Amino acid sequence: MTRYLSRATPGAPTGTDRLLAASGPDLTAHLTCYGPLPAPANPRELIDVVTAAGLSGRGGAGFPVGRKMAAVADGRRPIVVANGAEGEPDSSKDAVLLTQAPHLVLDGLTAAADAVGARECHLYAAEPMLGLVRRALAERQAAGYDGRQIQLTPAADSFLAGEKTAVLSRLAGRAPIPADQLISTSRSGLRGRPTLVHNVESLAQLALIARYGPHWFRSVGTLDEPGTMLVTLSGTTVTGVVEVPLGARVLDLITRTGRTDPADVRAVLGGYHGSWIPAAALARATLSRAALQPLHATPGAGIVRVLTRDSCGLRATADITGYLAAQSARQCGPCRNGLPRLAETLGALAYDGRCEPREITRLAALVDGRGACHHPDGAARLVRSALTVFADDIPLHQRGTCCVAHETPGAWSLR
Amino acid sequence: MTTERDRQPWRLHIDWTRCEGRGLCIELLAGTLARDDWGFPRARDHGDPAIGRYQLAAARDAVALCPRLALTLRK
Repeated sequence: MTRYLSRATPGAPTGTDRLLAASGPDLTAHLTCYGPLPAPANPRELIDVVTAAGLSGRGGAGFPVGRKMAAVADGRRPIVVANGAEGEPDSSKDAVLLTQAPHLVLDGLTAAADAVGARECHLYAAEPMLGLVRRALAERQAAGYDGRQIQLTPAADSFLAGEKTAVLSRLAGRAPIPADQLISTSRSGLRGRPTLVHNVESLAQLALIARYGPHWFRSVGTLDEPGTMLVTLSGTTVTGVVEVPLGARVLDLITRTGRTDPADVRAVLGGYHGSWIPAAALARATLSRAALQPLHATPGAGIVRVLTRDSCGLRATADITGYLAAQSARQCGPCRNGLPRLAETLGALAYDGRCEPREITRLAALVDGRGACHHPDGAARLVRSALTVFADDIPLHQRGTCCVAHETPGAWSLR
Repeated sequence: MTTERDRQPWRLHIDWTRCEGRGLCIELLAGTLARDDWGFPRARDHGDPAIGRYQLAAARDAVALCPRLALTLRK
C-alpha cells in the first residue's frame, strides 16, 4: 500500500485559509493538510458538484466553472489547460499559488481532466513556476500518488500571454498572441479539439470542492458568489497575496492587511483592464460582482491596487495606458493605432494640461470592441473610468497645475 | 418552416488580425461601415454589424473580394 493511502483523511479547512493552508509546498505537507484527492466511481459527477458549489472562474472573467466543464465534456477527445500565466504586472496570486500549493493545482487539473474525460493535459506558466511544478510532478510519481502526464509550456513574458487564445496559440507552437475566435474554445480549441482552459486558482478551488463538497465551499463568501479568492494587494504599506472570502470589504483589506490609513487613499484599481474606484465609494466596495457592478468594476483576477493621495490619478492612468499600448500584439488596426493615440492624448492632458477630454473620450470609443481580444476594450474602460473618477482634477491640469506637487512621467507604473 | 436561426440576421464578422484597412468593404457597404481615423472599417455599434436583406448581395461581394480574407458572413 502506498504511503498516502495509509494516512487518515484530515478534516476540511475551517475559516478562510483554504488554498494556502498546507505547511509547505511538498506532497507530504499537502496530504497532511488536505488528504488525498478522492477517486469517484463516476468522475463526471464532479461537474454537477462544482455547479452546485457555484464556483466561478478566478482568472478574471468569472464564468461559471461547472458550465464550462459541461460544455467541454460533451465534445470528443477534450484537452484541459491550466493557465498560470499572469501577465498583469499588479497580480502575483497565481505565482504564489504555484509556489506554495502546486499539488492543489495539479489535483484540480487531474480532477478536471477525469471529469471531462480528457487525456491530454497542459500547464502553462512562467518558467520559474514550471521548475516548481516539475518537482511536484516528480514527487507525485515517486509516491505513486498520480502518474498523469502533464505537458509543461513556459509562458511568454507579456501582458497578453495569459489571454485564452494567446495561450492556445503558444501551446500550438505559434507566437503567444491572441487570435480571432469564431467558435468557442469549449467546442474547438487546441488543434480543433474541445479545450477547457482554467486559471490555476480555479483548478485549486476545484480540488478542494472535489474533497469537501459544495456545502463546505459555500460556507464562506456570499450566497450568489461563494468561496474564497486570492487577492494581490499593492500600493499599501504592507503588500502581498491574501485569501479572502468573496464579499470581503475592500476597506478592511486596505486597513487591516495593507496597514494603510483610508484617509491616504485616493482611489483603488482592479487591474490594468479594470476601473478606478474612488475613495469616496470604498465604503460600499466589497469583493463581489454584485457589489462592484454599480461602480462599473468586478472582482476580476483579485487585484487591489491602491493609489495614495501623493499620486495623481490622471498621470497614473496615462502611464498604464502607455504600457497597454506598448503591450498591444499589434495585430489589429484599431488597437495598434488607437492605443498609442489614446496614451498620447491622455499623457498630454495629465502631464502638460493640453488636449480636450472630449478627444480622449472619442478615442476610447473608437478602439472599444474593435479587436480580436479584449485588450482595446480594457484600455478604453480604464481611461473612461479615469476621466469620470478624476474629473475634478482635469481643470487643474488644464490650468497647468496638478493634484500632486512633483511627479515624473512613468513614475507610477515603475514603482 | 422558419427556425430560430432563420430569424436571426446575418452578421459580418471582421477578423481584426487579418484586416489591413484596404477599404473595399467600406465602399460596398457604405451605410453599414464607415472609415475610422486610420482607414479601418467601423460599424455603428462596434460589434459584428447586422446585414439586412437588401445588403446581403453586397456583403457577399465584400467577403469574396476582401484582399485580406478578413470577412465572414455568419448567423
